Amino acid sequence: MVDTSVELSGWRLDNPVVPASGTFGYGNEFKDFYDINILGTFSFKGTTREPRYGNPTPRIAECTAGMINAVGLQNPGIDAVISDELPRLKGYFNKKVIANISGFSVDEYAYCCERIDRAEQVGLIEVNISCPNVRHGGMSFGTSPESAAEVTRAVKTVTTKPVYMKLSPNVSDIVAIAHACVETGADGLCLINTVLGMRIDVQRRQAVVANTMGGFSGPAIFPLAVRMVYQVAKACAVPVIGCGGVQSARDVIEMMMAGATAVEVGAANLVNPYACKEIIEALPAEMERLGIEKLSDIIGIIE
Amino acid sequence: MKKAIYKIRSNEPLTASVWRMTLAGDTQAITAPGQFVDIAIDGLFLRRPISVCDCEPDRLTLIYKVVGEGTERMSRMKAGDELDLLTGLGNGFSIGADLRRPLLVGGGVGVPPLYLLAKRLLAAGLPVQVVLGFNTAAECFYEAEFRALGCDVTVATVDGSTGVRGFVTTAIAERNLDFDYFYACGPLPMLRALCDAVPQDGQLSFEERMGCGFGGCMGCTCKTKNGPKRICKEGPVLEKGEIVW
Repeated sequence: MVDTSVELSGWRLDNPVVPASGTFGYGNEFKDFYDINILGTFSFKGTTREPRYGNPTPRIAECTAGMINAVGLQNPGIDAVISDELPRLKGYFNKKVIANISGFSVDEYAYCCERIDRAEQVGLIEVNISCPNVRHGGMSFGTSPESAAEVTRAVKTVTTKPVYMKLSPNVSDIVAIAHACVETGADGLCLINTVLGMRIDVQRRQAVVANTMGGFSGPAIFPLAVRMVYQVAKACAVPVIGCGGVQSARDVIEMMMAGATAVEVGAANLVNPYACKEIIEALPAEMERLGIEKLSDIIGIIE
Repeated sequence: MKKAIYKIRSNEPLTASVWRMTLAGDTQAITAPGQFVDIAIDGLFLRRPISVCDCEPDRLTLIYKVVGEGTERMSRMKAGDELDLLTGLGNGFSIGADLRRPLLVGGGVGVPPLYLLAKRLLAAGLPVQVVLGFNTAAECFYEAEFRALGCDVTVATVDGSTGVRGFVTTAIAERNLDFDYFYACGPLPMLRALCDAVPQDGQLSFEERMGCGFGGCMGCTCKTKNGPKRICKEGPVLEKGEIVW
């Protein structure tokens, strides 16, 4: 009997498989396909202070081995998540969940994190710093060590639960951003968010998504994610949640060897709603094939 | 909602660009006309959403227009090939208890989902009037199939090559059709023109570029008077009164 359990800042997960934020809603759609209690946990839809409609449609563009989304953080807002989504989730998910929080100002991050910190269903807070900083020209918080540190510091001041900063890959030195987060108190890191991408409909001579650009995800970005997880995990002493293009049990193991303690699965859920279930079911056999008894033993074994 | 493997029974062209595919497999997840299926296609990342034209307990009919890489690949599939489908997606059309004289209005490749709806309405004992709009006679399909069900069918073509010359709204006015409610599926300009032209209430089926097709990604959300709705989940059918044009 192999051991698939892992631990994130004292929180034990039965297995490392975690649906990524934005590909699993608040769990409600997926529970109609399978019992989502088999998951390690899941990261809920990026939530902001106010309800957001998001970007105009079309919001989706297909790519080779992936997709671009420009949903624009559609969500019902932190109040509705606390009053409606979490109580509803309790009806079909008996584990703690990862709260993914987004914001357009440092104040908004702090406000949302302080509120969600009090929810007993939340195991840890994942802070998405890929959003534009509206007070500073729309540059993403996650693209400079200073602004990443500023968000981390503000969130850590008002929370008691573990805080994981979710890093953007759209930077020249992701290790510098990771260091800035860890130095200001981040308990862990999650990477990578989507890669900024773009598709053009050459017949109509216009961008496919209404927002022109969007976040590229899917198996095409897996090698990029593995590389960044490897670099960050080597440089930082905190746990890393690896994310980006994971499709199979073998990918999960590869991401863990690169340094991930848990592994998020994103776009794969959208093409196969059973993706995470199939990965979890395939993990023990894959471990046996590779001679792994305890999954946590392989975290970061690549020198 | 259900994911299963279906076997292609037939796949043939109805016009130069519109194809009909019939599949064998379990259709019990399909609970209403106007729902759709989402088809996995080898080599392409996203599934392709296609409305259900007809379904019986072990058999499914899809009609699709070849417009891109996905549908082009579908048109090359053969009887015996297997497809991975998510079925029973979307809300579909609902049939109100006080409905007496429904009118079904379809434009182009928006016609197919009205076929199963017509069958259900006829089974409920209602007279069904259908207006089908196409650009030309050559693009026209399923007129005979609707007639064979027992529907009162009017065809309109933009160039007048068959039926009434003009749009579906021209045909409705010209034939002075008497109806108390309508169901429509077709291009956005047709849906809007129809809503503007007739005072009756109705249900309209919308299209949007989708990611997942089952409510997971928020890729296809539109604004309505009742708040944001996902075309794949709370849609594709919206009521006339809630639409924000």
